[in-house]
Amino acid sequence: MNEPVLHLRGLTRRFGAKVAVDDVTLDIPSGQMVGIIGPSGAGKSTLLRMVNRLLAPSAGSIRFGELEVTALSGRALRDWRTRCAMIFQQFNLIPRLDVLTNVLMGRLNHRPVLTSLLGLFSAAERAMALQALERFDLADVALVRAGRISGGQQQRVAICRALLQEPRLMLADEPVASLDPRNAKVVMDALRRINREDGLTVLCNLHDLDVARDYCDRIVAMREGRIVFDGRPDTLTEARVRGIYGADHGAGTEPALT
Amino acid sequence: MTPPFETAWQIRRRARLLAGLGWGGVLLACLLLSAWVSEAYPAALLAGLPRVGEYFAKLVPTLHWATLFGGTKAEGSLAYWFYRLDSWAWLLFETSQMAALATLGGAVGGLLLCFPAAANLAPNRAVYLLCRRLLELFRSVPDLVYALILVWAFGVGPLAGILAIGLHTVGATGKLFAEVVENADMQPWEGVRAAGGTWLHGVRFAILPQVLPNFLSYTLLRFEINVRGATVIGFVGAGGIGQELYQVISFNYYEEISAIVLLIVLVVAAIDLASERLRGWAAGQGTP
Repeated sequence: MNEPVLHLRGLTRRFGAKVAVDDVTLDIPSGQMVGIIGPSGAGKSTLLRMVNRLLAPSAGSIRFGELEVTALSGRALRDWRTRCAMIFQQFNLIPRLDVLTNVLMGRLNHRPVLTSLLGLFSAAERAMALQALERFDLADVALVRAGRISGGQQQRVAICRALLQEPRLMLADEPVASLDPRNAKVVMDALRRINREDGLTVLCNLHDLDVARDYCDRIVAMREGRIVFDGRPDTLTEARVRGIYGADHGAGTEPALT
Repeated sequence: MTPPFETAWQIRRRARLLAGLGWGGVLLACLLLSAWVSEAYPAALLAGLPRVGEYFAKLVPTLHWATLFGGTKAEGSLAYWFYRLDSWAWLLFETSQMAALATLGGAVGGLLLCFPAAANLAPNRAVYLLCRRLLELFRSVPDLVYALILVWAFGVGPLAGILAIGLHTVGATGKLFAEVVENADMQPWEGVRAAGGTWLHGVRFAILPQVLPNFLSYTLLRFEINVRGATVIGFVGAGGIGQELYQVISFNYYEEISAIVLLIVLVVAAIDLASERLRGWAAGQGTP
């Protein structure tokens, strides 16, 4: 496969004196489903937010194939954000607008500014949105305000919005942390589907180790801004988990909650 | 023996009491100083009060029971008191239209300026400061002063009044709008920006739906204030009922003064009530 690889080189982000992400170097080949785990404050969110440049890195570089992401600005930056879609812990939908319009937000960068500002989307785009909603069993809530549907449904709407961006890469920042276990499974299944069926690379922050083990091809563990483990889920032994989360996690206690 | 916590507590209490008394004294001194500077003496107040009553006594029209509902020619009738009701009604209508136009125009100006003047959305510090100062400039000049300048430029008439009130409204609403925007939930904003949307997209889709009900409510509140403002702005020749009121006051047509003031109070109260209803409805739209 000739799909581009995401290269992170020496990526660092400081907030004042605190180093949130410290010299992270990582290669993510196309089509992988990668789970990033680690205790709260380990820098997982900061890392993800730097990849789509919601945060600017303090040092280091991000490259996607030949594209130097670190230096992008303006139109090129928006194009990059469109290519690497992001979903959030709190879904970040617009609660007062209907589900369909929320999904169509994924098309903003695909049409002229004026028409998109007026909310004029084409019939083809509406059909595309509805198709995405149908795929995740949401067609019946298409015209309901996004603030009125359940958290699990909102996160799936966020995935639909991300898909309408026609991305190459999907970033997910704690996508199931605000959901009950049943909804968490539905949302993780949806992420796995877009990874398997659409061939999207998925980069997913998770605090629940079991979820990461169940769904990811590869697990990257962070602690205090650094990568402390990178490998297949079955090589993540109990001893290594203790190393990631600290010694206070006794044998048999899974760090399920942060 | 008092426990150490209790001692510490007592010391803290005494310190607070002393600080309270100290600041209270400073406040009292400031109050007295300002009263002295502005010559707001109780004696002057007492001396002037009866004359207020005197003026009001002159304003009371002579009405006779026998002819109360007679025509405009019958002395002592209501119609005689309000003998120019038709032209006053038109002037009041003009005044409320001035206020409506000025509020609409001013609110549009405020809407355009409020987003770059909100700390959470301003693209950079320079734009933020520029827009904030601009809004302050619009707001700090009273509409009456704008009217004086604009009457000189555009001549006597409602246009000067509309522009004057409108300019002040830009500043007043812009600041309030910016504060609403600063309290907006930023998660939708992040969602839109992360999807590749521009700053304008973020404003339009992530922020506007949240803040619009509040904007509407503040605009209506401003409309109520502007209706009152528009009645006075005619004093400097900027159109509406104020111009007429100024004339009858300067000519000491006492019965006409009371008639016009009564009409103004009625109209302003009616508009206030209607707008309050609308605001209540708008606030109800604020919940998702």
